[in-house]
Formats: sequence, C-alpha cells, structure tokens
Amino acid sequence: MKNVDFQTKVIEMKGITKKFGDFVANDSIDLTVHKGEIHALLGENGAGKTTLMNVLYGLYLPTEGNISINGERIEIKNPNIAIEKGIGMVHQHFMLIDKFTVVENIILGMETTIKKGSFDTKCIDIESATREVEELSKKYGLHVDSNAKIHDISVGMQQRVEILKALYRGADILILDEPTAVLTPQEVEELIQIMGSLTEQGKTIIIITHKLKEIKQAADYCTIIRRGKRIDTVKVNDVTEEDLAEMMVGRQVSFAVDKKEMNRGEVVLDIDNIVVKDNRKLNAVKGLSLQLHKGEILGIAGVDGNGQSEFLEGLTGLRPIESGKIILNGENIANTTPRNIMEKGMCNIPEDRQKRGLILDFSIAENMILENYDKEPFSKSGRLNHENIEEHAKKLIEKFDVRPRNEKQAAGSLSGGNQQKVIISREITNDPDVLIAAQPTRGLDVGAIEFVHKYLVEQRDNEKAVLLVSFELDEILNLSDRIAVIYNGKIVDILDRKDADEKKLGYLMAGGGVDDEKKQA
Amino acid sequence: MSKMKKILALLMIAILAFTVVGCSGGDKADDTKKPAEQKEGEENKATDEQLKITMVTDVGGVNDQSFNQSAWEGLQKADKDLGTKSDYQESHQDADFVPNLETALDAENDLIWGIGFKLANAVYSAAEENSDTKYAIVDFSYEGDEKNFPDGTPDNVVGVVFKQEQPSFLVGYIAAMMSETGKVGFVGGMESEVISAFDYGYQAGVAYANKVADKDVKVLRQYAEAFGDSAKGKAIASSMYQQGADIVFHAAGGTGDGVIEAAKEQDKYAIGVDRDQNDLAPDNVITSAMKRVDVGVYNVIKDLKEGKFPGGTTVVYGLEEGAVDIAPTSDKHVPKEILDKVEELKKLIIDGEIKVPVDEDSYEEYLKTLE
Amino acid sequence: MMKRNRLKFTIISILVGLLVGAFILLAVGFNPLEAYTIMIRGIFGKPKYISWTIIRSTPLILTGISVAFAFRTGLFNIGAEGQFIIGALVATLVGYFWNLPPVIHAIVAILMACLAAAIWAGLAGFLKAKFGVNEVITTIMLNWIALYLSNAIVFWDKFKRPNSEASQKILETASIRLPKGINFLGDFFRAPVNWGFIIAILVAILIRHILKNTTLGYQLRAVGFNSDAAEYGGIDVKKNIVISMAIAGALSGLAGAVHVLGVTEEVSVLAAMEGNGFDGIAVSLIAANSSIGCIFAGLLFGGLKYGGYKIQPAMGAPSEIISIVIGIIVFFISMPKLIEMLTTLRARRKRGGEIESK
Repeated sequence: MKNVDFQTKVIEMKGITKKFGDFVANDSIDLTVHKGEIHALLGENGAGKTTLMNVLYGLYLPTEGNISINGERIEIKNPNIAIEKGIGMVHQHFMLIDKFTVVENIILGMETTIKKGSFDTKCIDIESATREVEELSKKYGLHVDSNAKIHDISVGMQQRVEILKALYRGADILILDEPTAVLTPQEVEELIQIMGSLTEQGKTIIIITHKLKEIKQAADYCTIIRRGKRIDTVKVNDVTEEDLAEMMVGRQVSFAVDKKEMNRGEVVLDIDNIVVKDNRKLNAVKGLSLQLHKGEILGIAGVDGNGQSEFLEGLTGLRPIESGKIILNGENIANTTPRNIMEKGMCNIPEDRQKRGLILDFSIAENMILENYDKEPFSKSGRLNHENIEEHAKKLIEKFDVRPRNEKQAAGSLSGGNQQKVIISREITNDPDVLIAAQPTRGLDVGAIEFVHKYLVEQRDNEKAVLLVSFELDEILNLSDRIAVIYNGKIVDILDRKDADEKKLGYLMAGGGVDDEKKQA
Repeated sequence: MSKMKKILALLMIAILAFTVVGCSGGDKADDTKKPAEQKEGEENKATDEQLKITMVTDVGGVNDQSFNQSAWEGLQKADKDLGTKSDYQESHQDADFVPNLETALDAENDLIWGIGFKLANAVYSAAEENSDTKYAIVDFSYEGDEKNFPDGTPDNVVGVVFKQEQPSFLVGYIAAMMSETGKVGFVGGMESEVISAFDYGYQAGVAYANKVADKDVKVLRQYAEAFGDSAKGKAIASSMYQQGADIVFHAAGGTGDGVIEAAKEQDKYAIGVDRDQNDLAPDNVITSAMKRVDVGVYNVIKDLKEGKFPGGTTVVYGLEEGAVDIAPTSDKHVPKEILDKVEELKKLIIDGEIKVPVDEDSYEEYLKTLE
Repeated sequence: MMKRNRLKFTIISILVGLLVGAFILLAVGFNPLEAYTIMIRGIFGKPKYISWTIIRSTPLILTGISVAFAFRTGLFNIGAEGQFIIGALVATLVGYFWNLPPVIHAIVAILMACLAAAIWAGLAGFLKAKFGVNEVITTIMLNWIALYLSNAIVFWDKFKRPNSEASQKILETASIRLPKGINFLGDFFRAPVNWGFIIAILVAILIRHILKNTTLGYQLRAVGFNSDAAEYGGIDVKKNIVISMAIAGALSGLAGAVHVLGVTEEVSVLAAMEGNGFDGIAVSLIAANSSIGCIFAGLLFGGLKYGGYKIQPAMGAPSEIISIVIGIIVFFISMPKLIEMLTTLRARRKRGGEIESK
C-alpha cells in the first residue's frame, strides 16, 4: 500500500507540556511520526491538538519537553526554524492575498529577482517561478492553474495553493489543520488522493481533525488526545470509528440519530421567491422558494458561498429582502425587525456563534436573556432583576449540562460546544414554531454534536419545524426528513430523505442539475 | 460584596489621609500669618534683604517669544542687578490663574506678577484678600471700571501699562514710507483695548506719512481671533500679500509667527511686535514695535527694592521711559533718512505735539487734526 | 482575581512612571526626591491644596466618565473636549441671561448644559448610526466647531464683558459654590469649593448603576461588546449608538457646567483647547473604563496637574522638563495594559529559559 519507512522517525516529540497560566493545554504528550506516513491527531475541540502542532511549528515554546526532527534534537523557537527544518503548516484559515495570482502568492516573501530589459531593472523572476510551481503541482497531482487569481478559484483550490506554498518552501512534513472543514465531499475525496500521492513521494503528513470517517479513509496512524493528555496511538486499520470516538470522548457514543416517524403537519413557513443582495450589492439569493411544515426537519445542503448566509440573514431580518415574501404563521415578516420575527415565532441558532450568537464578554446568564432582557421576570420598568436572571441561567445550565456550571462565567471562556449549548438553550426556551439551525455543529466535537442533534430532533418530535442549514452532508443525511439543495442562490431540488444519498446530493451541490438543464436547453 | 468593601476601605483611607493632613495644615496656616504681620510695619522702606519675586504667566507660557518671555527676562535682569530671587509659574488654562496665584502667595513672595490682562480679575481678588502681599499686573489698569473694580487699584497692587500706540505709530510711518505697492497690512490677535491701541496707532502712523509725504497708502486690517494660531496668521498674511500689501505688521503673539513665516516664504516685509523679532526672519522683518515689558517689570522691582513701590497706582510706560521703541536692528532695512525722521517723530510724541490715538474714536479725532 | 491584578498593575505602572520621571530629573541635574516631595506637599500640604486638587480633578472625573461610558458601549468619544466647551458655554449663557431663584437656577443651568452637549455629541452618534461616519472623525471636527462657536458667542457684545477676553460672569443665583466664610478644616474652604465633586461622585455611581442594573445599560453594553450579536438579539443598534453618544455628551457637558458654575463663573475666549476633555481620555484609560475608577483616576490626574507644576517655581527647573516628567508619568499610568503585556512576556521568556537550562 504505502511506503511508510518505519526505520526513520522524522518527528519525535517527547513529554511536551504546555501551560497557559494555570491551564495545562498539553500534559506530557509523546508523538512519533515516521517518514511517509499520514498521522492523524484526533481530539475534541480544546483537547490540545492545535496547541501541540503550534509547539511543533514554533508558534509556542513548550513549558517542558523536547523535540527531535530527523533524529536531531532542536529547539524550535519560531516558525522560521520550523520551515528551515522542512516543516510546513496549512492553517484552517488560509493566508492568501486575494488579488494576487497563485504563483505570486506562492513565492511571496522569497521572490528571486533577475535583471531584465535595456536598463537592467531588477524584476521578479515570475517565469522560472511559474515553471517551478507547475512542476511541483504536476508532481503531486495538485492541478493548480498557476496564473489564476486567488479570488477566482474555489476554496479547495486555495487549499492546494497553501499546500504548494509549503512544498515550494521545501517542506517534507506537512501539518494540515482541519483541512476538510471547508470542502465539499468531492473536494474531500480529491484531498485524500493528493495526500496519498504526497506520501508516496516521501512526504510526511500530520492532519488535525475530529472527523472519524476521514481518518479511517486517509490516515495510517492516529494519536488520540483528550484534555491535553495523549490517550493512545493506534494503527487506523485495527480500529473502528466507534473505537476512535470512544477514545476521543471517553465514553460510548452513538452515531445513529434516534428519530420517531415523521408527523408532518401544515405549512408554517412559506418562503416565496425572495431575492437578497450580498455586501457587494450583487444578488446572492436569486428567487428562492421553500415551504416548511410543522413536525419536519428540512435540511438545506450546499457548498459554502451559494447564498446560504445571505438567505439566513434575510430570513432573520438582519439583511433587507429585495423582493419576495416570507409568510410565517400566515403573516409576512419580510423586512421586519429581528425582534418582530422572533416574537412571531421564529428563532435562530446563528451560523457564526461568536459573531452573532453570543456576546463573549457577557456572562452566561446575561447571554441567556439576550432576546428577553426587557421582559418580566428578567426586568421590570427598565431595571434588571439580577436574581431572576441568575435563577433562569442556573436552571438552563443544569438542564442543558453547560460546563462549567457557573452562570457568572464569561461566555468567551467556554468551549465551542458549551457556547453552542448556551445558544440552543436560549433559543429553545423561546419555544419557537420554527427553529433555524445554521451550521449548528460546526467545529464541535462528537459529544457536543450528539447533544445538538438530540435537541433538534426533539423540537421536530414536538411538532415544531426545524430548518437545518449545514455544509456537513452527513449531518443533513442523518437528521433531515427532506433535503433541499441550494446552488447559486436558488433551491435546485428538494428530495425526500429516502431518495437522497451522498452521491446524488454532491452532484446537485456542485451545480450538476442546473448544468444538465442548461445543456439540454 | 467584597468589591463594595474594597471601595469602602479606599474611601476610608482617603478620608483619613485627608483629615490628618487637614489638621496639621491648619496649624501651619496660622504660623505663616505671623511673619506676614511683622512685615507690614516695614512697608515701603529700602531693603537689603533678598527679595523673592514670582510671576504667573498667562496661557502663552514662559517661552511665548512675546510678553511673557519678555517679563521673565526682566525678572532675570533684576536677579542679576538687584540680587532678587525670581521664579515663574505657567498657566495652562484660564482656571489655573487663581490656584497659581495662591501657590505664589504660599511661597511667601515679596512681589507677585500677573502677566497679561487676562489675569486682571484673579490678581484683583487675590490682592483684596491678601492686603499684606504685593502684586503687580502687566498690561492692565484698574482705573475707570467701577462696576468690576469698585476700589480702583488696590494699595498693594501696581498696574503696568504701555503706550503701545507710540511704537505702532512709528512703525506705521516706516511702513507707509517704505511701501511700494501703496498697501500695508495689520494682523491683530483678538479685539481688546491693548490690541486696538496697536491697530489705531499704526493706522495713525500711516495717515501721518500719507499727509507729510503726500502718499496714499491703504491699510488692510484683519483680526485672527487667536493669539496662538500661527497657521491662521500665515493664512491671513498670505492673503494680504496677495491683495497687494508688501508690508504687514502684526500684534498677535504666537499667531504673528505665522505672519513672519508668510513674509519669509513670499519674500515680503513684515513688522514684528513686543520684542525685536528680526531674528525670526532677518531678511524680512524690517523693524518691530517693541514694548519693553522687561523694562517695565524691572523698574517696578527696582522701585520696590528702593522702598518706592508705587502701590495703588497704574504706571504708564512710553517712549519717554524708554520702555517702548522701534527695534535697534531697524537700520538693516530702513533707509537712514526715514530713521532720522522717526527720531524727530519720537520727540514730537514725547513733547505731546503728536497725540497718538488708541481707539476708533481718538483715531477719528486725530484724522481731523491732520486735515 | 482580575480586578486585583488590574489594581496591582495600575500601582506598578504609577511607580514605574515616577521612576522614569525621576531619571529624567536626575539627568538634567535636579533631585527627583525633592521634586516629588514638593509635588506631594503641593497636593496635601495644606487643606486648601487638597481642595484645589479636588476642584482641578472634578471636570476630569466627569469627562473621564464620559469617555469611559462611550467606550463601554463601543464608541471612542474624542469629542469630550468640544462637549465640555458647549456645556460650559450654555451653563454660562443660562447663568447670566436667565433670572431664576437660587438652587433652581443652578439646576436649570446644569440641565440645559447637559442637554446641549448631549445634542452636540448625539449628532456624531446620529452620523455614525445613519451614515456610518466614524465617530472619532466627527467628534474631532465637532471639537473645533465648538471652540470657534464658543469664541464667536463670547464676542457677542451683549455677552462679552467689556475690556476682557471673557464673557459676563454668571449671576450669584446660578453658582454652585459653597457659601464663603465656612471655617473648618483649616483653609480648606478658601478655594472655590463647590458641589461639583459631590455631583461627580453621584454621577459615577449613577452611571455604574445604569450600566449594571438597567435594561438600557444591558443594551448599551451588548452593542458595545458585540453589535452583531446585539442586532441579532433584537436590540436596535443604531438607536443605542445615538443614545450612548448623547449620554457621553451630557456627561462632558456636565463637566463644563460644573467648571463654570463652581470655579470660573465665566467662559473666556479660547486660543486653543484647554484639554479638560482630552485628559478625560487618559483618566478613562487609567480607570480601565470603570466609572467609579474614574473618581480615583481623576483625582490622581488632577493632583499631578495641580501639584506637579508646583515643582517648577520651587526648584527652578524649566517648565518643559516638568511637562515631560508629568507626561511620562501619565504615559505610564495610562498604560497598565502595556505593563501587563510586558510582565506576561517576561514570564514567557522565563519559561523559555527553563528549557534551555535543561
């Protein structure tokens, strides 16, 4: 299969401990990676995997422990040393300049110059750089158009540019931080292939992830980290997804979502041909129609950037609707205030919980009354009732198992999962007829995902409507009763769950259906 | 709760510190009275003791290139010649005048100067309250304003004013005689009695030159409404030069620095004020209407030293006392025949042959005498 | 924990400021110990010095609270200076032209000053809410407009006091000074002691109460911390921006009113900004935007400004040096954040050092 060279330990991290104040992010972690292997780092959010990789890449100095690269003990004080030693890191958020071409981005910071023209002006040697980049791209099967501008290429392509950037700097060891979070299913497939071809040519890859399926598909070895401690390093072929999940969370996890038979009722939300503009004043939602019934979960599948964000913001009153109607419980709520929409019975678990969902500097208790602070019992004639607010928070914390159990804690200090719990507890307490859940499990670990899913299904079982927007196809497939696919600002198709599978959805999500129509026309 | 306690504790400490110091301070205050009382008997006697003198500046500060600086030079000269010991206190805003005068009082000075008419009220009430301390004020007379100053000049205060209209008249004459374009300019700081004396003295000088030399030189006038805005001074002067003026006189403190800058940039002439400002632009400042605040300040200190402190009066300094004049460097640019004529004019002014106007009304009257 | 650390850092930075100031004094040949003794004595030496310090501090406390309040709601109010000028101007106008019974006159003058300054600052808030104009720019512009507007009105012949560069004095009825002739605490009441300081303390407590215990405060804080989430939660962000600026303006206007009704009793023609509002920014920084903290920070700042400049005549040091030393002390106390960062950096270095030694 793969030519892993077990004789050569390219990375050996021993007893790495990293403390931030009193908080121990990494507790004496050992990690050994051999040449040519794909090594997965698995752990819940906040388990310490990114911290460990930042130590390896020289962004943090470890409190204790030492690192050897290719058998040589070194101290990685800063990323320059790491790069020099052949380590490259592709971050979750790409660091590319939109208006530059692929080549310009790749050579940025290490341009070679030649003298050109009749005046011998110093110029960047773009031609030989382009040649080099194209060679690299071909060698590892990356298929990048080296002269395209970054803003013209897809997210998946941008990721490959980042990988090329690292390779161009002579990286032999690649660290990929959550590489699949932003990709379509097809792009994930392609990435896995690319990783394969990289390792075949002797590169070593470490991927940080909490997606078990991808580990099973791509990785050779997997090191599981839980609460800053290394739990185990396993050969991926020897374990099941359930085993991995259990090691990651520390208890048994069930993947199957327990769902009762659907009890579909009348239409509660009728979206009729709405148009919404994006920040550049271009139409992002181009005549989208959708009907949501009581007692169902309607999933909206789609690749990021097809108008989902604008659609959601329009729906919740944060962005003006150019045309079309939104009928909620028989009343047009288009272009009314967020407050009105909420009071008419539609609540929202926002896409970006830190931007929209929470005020990170506020305490848990304060966040839990964000929509009701001016109502009794939380306040009376303009005066807040701290006692009732805290009481309310304590109840919700208990019910939704928010940790730590301290309502005075600032929301910003909670883990992603607990932040999401605060939001969900708040929204569900409003008892909405329609609950919009946008990327409700993005960045969450298995345990938290399980929790979120449970509450979404519970809403549905209580004969409320749930509109689920997610880039995670698995999530859509697991939860939805019906699945709508959004492409280029429109719903291109709505499938019943039983008629949908990953392949079909992936095809629609990539604009397959639309393109076919065009061809036929 | 604990936060509340902390605040309480801090408050307690504050109150404690406050009362403890308060009590001890009270005793001290009583002590200081005694020497002051003893001093009263020695009023107006020549003294060999070292006199302690301080001045409180207005908001221009001690390095204003103008009258605060000039006053400080006078104090320093007194230190050297008369063996006094001087210091100064800068005011950063108008509300500083009163506390600064109090600080000066507490330092047991023999004489406290307020520099500039802005301090008139503060000096007046300080002097009323502390009749055993001597005060002096530059550029202000307490006479003739019974509404605000019912007692006139208090016995322990000397007002020092200058006949700024006199040197203004002289530089007005020079400007009119030297102008080639037939237009000269005047930039004032803010409208007030002092500045209008500069303004109308200057205009009278021009009118005099027009009369005797049969010229028709016009005066462009503008007030900057600011004493510290050199950018504005520059803008006003530039526009005057563009309108055809070739010499601009300013009585505008720091604002005037901009006037001189504009002259330098456009290679035109400017006339300085208060002190000899030729050093700011040696090729462009042809003369200055000097108001020797230092001389006035020095003279009062000398009187005090000799036991002749003129308390309760306003001392007026003019050409006669050598406290106002044109700049000694004038001969660099001004032709000798004009300077000779200026010397004659000085005599005429000192003798009272020419009564230089100080405001609009007296200017109108003066114009009549020329006809 | 956090609070105590904050206090610790503030005290450390005050000491560092004094230390650096001492080095500068030493470098130009003055004894820093003597200088600081003069300063301390200049503040605490007599009861009346204390009262002067308090008088000097009162407007700074209020402008400090103004800046802090705006800051807590996510706005940077550079315009405290202009709002102060407007407040002072309106208080003087009302204090001179209107005839009202004592106490009521003062209260009306204060309220009108607050209202005028609130509208003044609210304008900047409105421009931000409606057109997205950055409040830093508008408030700076409004500062200059306020300055020249005030000068223009002072020059109005019905208002200007003849032979001066100032307005008429306010009527006795509008004064908030304590009656003269109170004799206790030594000469404490020789200075124009007035109700301003008490007003400032009450306002600090009131602002703290509003921010902490009212729905208005909740909204304002929510908008300040995260306007996106506040908007999502159904809070009218634009309205709150205007309200916040207006309240901040009213606070600075109050500072101006108190200064006029309690101390100067007039407004004079301003050649330049006096700095009462700008100093408020520093006060708010020192106080870490806490309104109660502004009381202490304002006193500290006022003390430095009042006592610090006494060093000059007593020691004969050039006033520039004194200004530099005071500037440096202020620089350091305004930057507990900086000190905090330096300390953590040192701690990190130390950890790095441990690896090396192993």
